[in-house]
Amino acid sequence: MTSETEPPIDFQRLAFDYVRSADQSAAKPARHPVVIVGAGPVGLALAIDLAQRQVPVVLLDNDNTLSTGSRAICFAKRTLEIFDRLGCGDAMVAKGVSWSVGKVFFRDTQIYSFNLLAESGHQRPAFINLQQYYVEGYLAQRAQQLPLIDLRWKNKVVGLTQQRDHATLSIDTPDGRYELTADHVIACDGSRSTLRELVGQKSQGRVFRDRFLIADVKMKLDRPAERWFWFDPSFHPNQSVLLHMQPDGIWRIDFQLGWDADPEVEKRPENIIPRVKALLGEDVPFELEWASVYTFACTRMEHFRHGRVLFAGDSAHGVSPFGARGANSGVQDADNLGWKLAFVLQGVAPEALLDTYGHERERAADENILNSTRATDFITPKSEISRLFRDAVLDLSREHAFARTLVNSGRLSVPATLHDSPLNTADTARFDGRMVPGAAAADAPVTLADGRDGWLLRELGDGYTALVFSDEASLRDAALPGVALKVLHIDPCGHTARAGHLIDRDGVLAERYDLLPGSVVLLRPDQHVCARWRRPSAEAVRHALERALALH
Amino acid sequence: MMDLITTPHFSAPDDFYEALIDAHRELSAEQSHALNARLVLLLANHIGAQSVLQQALDAARRSAHDSTSSRVTT
Repeated sequence: MTSETEPPIDFQRLAFDYVRSADQSAAKPARHPVVIVGAGPVGLALAIDLAQRQVPVVLLDNDNTLSTGSRAICFAKRTLEIFDRLGCGDAMVAKGVSWSVGKVFFRDTQIYSFNLLAESGHQRPAFINLQQYYVEGYLAQRAQQLPLIDLRWKNKVVGLTQQRDHATLSIDTPDGRYELTADHVIACDGSRSTLRELVGQKSQGRVFRDRFLIADVKMKLDRPAERWFWFDPSFHPNQSVLLHMQPDGIWRIDFQLGWDADPEVEKRPENIIPRVKALLGEDVPFELEWASVYTFACTRMEHFRHGRVLFAGDSAHGVSPFGARGANSGVQDADNLGWKLAFVLQGVAPEALLDTYGHERERAADENILNSTRATDFITPKSEISRLFRDAVLDLSREHAFARTLVNSGRLSVPATLHDSPLNTADTARFDGRMVPGAAAADAPVTLADGRDGWLLRELGDGYTALVFSDEASLRDAALPGVALKVLHIDPCGHTARAGHLIDRDGVLAERYDLLPGSVVLLRPDQHVCARWRRPSAEAVRHALERALALH
Repeated sequence: MMDLITTPHFSAPDDFYEALIDAHRELSAEQSHALNARLVLLLANHIGAQSVLQQALDAARRSAHDSTSSRVTT
């Protein structure tokens, strides 16, 4: 193996070469099925998903480097499961710092701690902390393995026109301007989205009058990999502070500064260093790697689809950072959109399927905005009375368990359950548990046909998957032409391995999905439940598949 | 569904009122406000049911409007 001797890639200093495309010399604008604008985590994830589904993608980025600084540091279990599907989850988890415990301090006393993954039987941890440049770096490496992705650095979109069945983009490059046409344009170009402006839309909502300093600090610190959050600590009075461990001995610290702070002054090392020393003590040596001052708003576009242009990630919605719902929800947008675009382009689903992207992810954005707004109101109370109740909650929480349920230092990202999606088929029988139509599939340990240990999510198909529990139903007559349906037969806990069957190794799968012999759960290509039955006919399953393709 | 009780329900109304005022003895206005906030939270958790709490919030809000309007008219 040569990998051990190769120096690790410094993703922060990595610059990608601009390469002139043949499209720039074309007599008339080249036509592509999909052009994605923005090679951040969302654009890269979507490009990989589409390429894996055999859809060629042009991915444009106005820059030629990865993220500067740690930025979106916390990546949630669901996002890691999506990265697994995209072929780069292992690299992320191997490099990232896994954690599930958070501790909350008021003044200098711990008032409570929480464990985000109290149950076992999941392959992935509740969260990893990983600097955004690593996430983008691993995604970019994966994208480079896929010949269907044409990634063009230093390609800046400056114009957009829309026709009935395509859009035309004007793009500035170091070699001048050129035009491209595309069946669909996906705007993953961030909170200051150029595309949003070009379609004449705004992202609207609440702007919070507060400022936060983020610092990436390199130091040796003997603390566990936990999320530590302080309300009003003596080392930073009247404000909040958040501490996270990252890989490479780098710690991420977020200091609340208040609205009156001057970002330019606060960003200077001579002003940051005393704040860090106040937290760590005078004698802990550290190096300041990166710092920034940010403000935030909880906003979203009214509609995520505008004709041939679809918006995903920060271009479509913004949240406060408390709860790690920005990048995580953006990757989930990509997860929702990839298979729908592929099916529409392959002609097996109508364009109405793309409208369900807007329907589902606009509601998911509302849920994220609601949670992050509530956390922000608790962390940075906006009135005297709001502060009074906040402090009353914190005071009571030292002694009384009930008050801890009100302490909100960020309700951390969980995938939205798409309850009222038009793609869901309503239950016709009684089921318990969280795996309702619309829920993201929960993982569970399984035994594979050859007797090895495995995980349910790793066994799901690229298309639809039907979980058939303790039954031989083949569902052969349920399949639709051109739409992959993988039927996974699952034997109950205690059975011995046999060809073509998985075993519910610990009984957790049947419990999480509330399965009885004959139960069938239908999962979409993005691993969300869309239908479930106690003992369905092939016709019922086919009907649900049609509904999940927006064919009804 | 449970309703907010607004008919007399105290086991000892005068004792409660005296205890409430006593609890604030020797506190500054700021400390009293903080005590009231803690008291609201403790009682709210005791009630628990969101529908009852919402009725209480609405009733408290309505009484404030009534007292404002009565001041305006007198």
